Amino acid sequence: MFFNAFILALREIRRNITRAFLTVIGVVIGVAAVVTMVTLGRGATEMVKSQISNLGSNLMILRPGQGWGQWGAPLFSLADVQAVREQLSGVRAAAPMAMGNAPAVFMENVRNTDYQGTTPEYFDIAGWKLSEGRFFDQDDLRKGNAVCVIGETIRKELFGSVPAIGQKIRLRTTSLMVIGVTAVKGQGGFGDDLDDNIILPITTMQRRLAGLPPPQNINQIQIAGIDEQSCAGILADLTLLMRERRNLAANEQNNFSVIDTRMIAETMSSSTRIMTSLLGTVAGVSLLVGGIGIMNVMLVSVTERTREIGIRLAIGALARDVMLQFLVEAVTLSWVGGLAGILVAYGLCHSLAKVVGAPFVFDPMINLIAFVFSAAIGIMFGFMPARRASSLDPIEALRHE
Amino acid sequence: MNQASLIELRGIAKTYGRGDAVFHALRGVDLQIDRGEFVAIMGPSGSGKSTLMNLLGCLDTPTAGSYLFNGIAIEALSKDQRSLIRRHALGFVFQGFNLLARTSALENVELPLLYRGVPARQRREMAREALASVGMANKMKNTPAELSGGQQQRVAIARAIVTGPATLFADEPTGNLDSKTTVEIMDLLCKLNNDRGISIIMVTHEDDVAASAKRVVRVKDGLIASDVKTQPIS
Repeated sequence: MFFNAFILALREIRRNITRAFLTVIGVVIGVAAVVTMVTLGRGATEMVKSQISNLGSNLMILRPGQGWGQWGAPLFSLADVQAVREQLSGVRAAAPMAMGNAPAVFMENVRNTDYQGTTPEYFDIAGWKLSEGRFFDQDDLRKGNAVCVIGETIRKELFGSVPAIGQKIRLRTTSLMVIGVTAVKGQGGFGDDLDDNIILPITTMQRRLAGLPPPQNINQIQIAGIDEQSCAGILADLTLLMRERRNLAANEQNNFSVIDTRMIAETMSSSTRIMTSLLGTVAGVSLLVGGIGIMNVMLVSVTERTREIGIRLAIGALARDVMLQFLVEAVTLSWVGGLAGILVAYGLCHSLAKVVGAPFVFDPMINLIAFVFSAAIGIMFGFMPARRASSLDPIEALRHE
Repeated sequence: MNQASLIELRGIAKTYGRGDAVFHALRGVDLQIDRGEFVAIMGPSGSGKSTLMNLLGCLDTPTAGSYLFNGIAIEALSKDQRSLIRRHALGFVFQGFNLLARTSALENVELPLLYRGVPARQRREMAREALASVGMANKMKNTPAELSGGQQQRVAIARAIVTGPATLFADEPTGNLDSKTTVEIMDLLCKLNNDRGISIIMVTHEDDVAASAKRVVRVKDGLIASDVKTQPIS
């Protein structure tokens, strides 16, 4: 009986393919919108997570000043780094970051880029990997060797197909030998290119490159905790330590701040999650409207097909046969709509993922939900028309023009 | 052999409306029809012949009186039970053909079998046979819009007989047809009555159509005015 009803429904849909198309389009759009929004949202969350983890795990960044822009707060010194390493418990590693910006030159190629003077610990803290060559080591640091490790973007721009290792690039007035190329990291949390930088020993930078004179020329200190738990302890101790080292009186505010990347990651992914559910809700409303569209068409269709229903009843269809037919028809329509919607969503996600730059994350759950939901809409909004059809009186229905 | 008549009406009355607007469509009809009969029910419009037809065809229930079809008291049955009687024992042919639009002749004829739960292959086979028996073997794929009135009525007859019903109800079967096609359709109905022994009950207002029947029942003002057997039942 169920199979029969399904066959009948398919025949009826085939007979009125234009009507079926117009009915279904609402559900297609609704499902496509929901699936696209949620899929892209998931992608964005994943992207944020991976960007944050690109910075390094269990990472804290100590910066001068409060917030993002307090000018005039004193920078840090190598002694501060030493103090962090030695006086705080739970610290796995800490590295100074002295930053600058200058054109890097190789032969006739020039690229304006960021460079960072640091210690070998930085490679471990920030989770850098090599694609070729080596990192600089404590020996390079001690001697202030004129060496550097470059990002993939720099390698591509300056060297192209020429092997980079062993070549010398010029940064301001200094010539640096390339000893390593880092593996691609991609985008950072703020859309910046993490591979567009040059890393060199901080001693080399202090001795050879112009900038603030030591000791206070370190822009930030990156600190890695041993594990997640230790980070919380470090955070409190670090504040006390720095207040003391910077001679802050009890009534003075901190003139430094600490960014915990895990915190940023949580904030950012929770805001993308909220955005996703918001957009998903709006899309869900359009799915509901699509369902109401189905009910509309089914109701009109019951009136339009009154005579047909009369014929069916006269030749021996039971009320429940007619009910089932209309219900199955509505469910089939919304079901096909749901399937088409998911396919459309894939197309959209694929092209949008490229535009937005978010990865395409397949989520079987949301597809299943959208699918089941669209079928449920068919039952919900198909029920009233179906009941109306099945309660028709055969004599009246046959007389209907 | 079942001794009961095919149809036995006792004091059948049907009333529409109530109060001042009450209308007595039938006022106590007694009628007996045996198996294999070909009965024409005649009468002017408003005489109650359509109401009688609907009652006989188990589409409606009487206000009063009893209706035994094959010994079953129809007035006691529910809507669905009457549907099942129609499904298994009756065939219907209408004035307006009442075929499903945009649906091939074959699929139209298959329709009653679908409700009987006949498997697809057998369904197709039975529908083909029925269409062939009404001379429509070469038009099976055509939709009603592609068929003439006479051809549509043939398809409708095929649909009515495909289940092999004992009784066929025809409501003005030639009302929408020209005189030549009318003769063809009446010949077909006579053949079904003679060759297959299908009982036929037909409503008409045309005397020459009624002449094909073996018995003519005239209805007037909700009562049977005359009941004449024109040929002996063989």
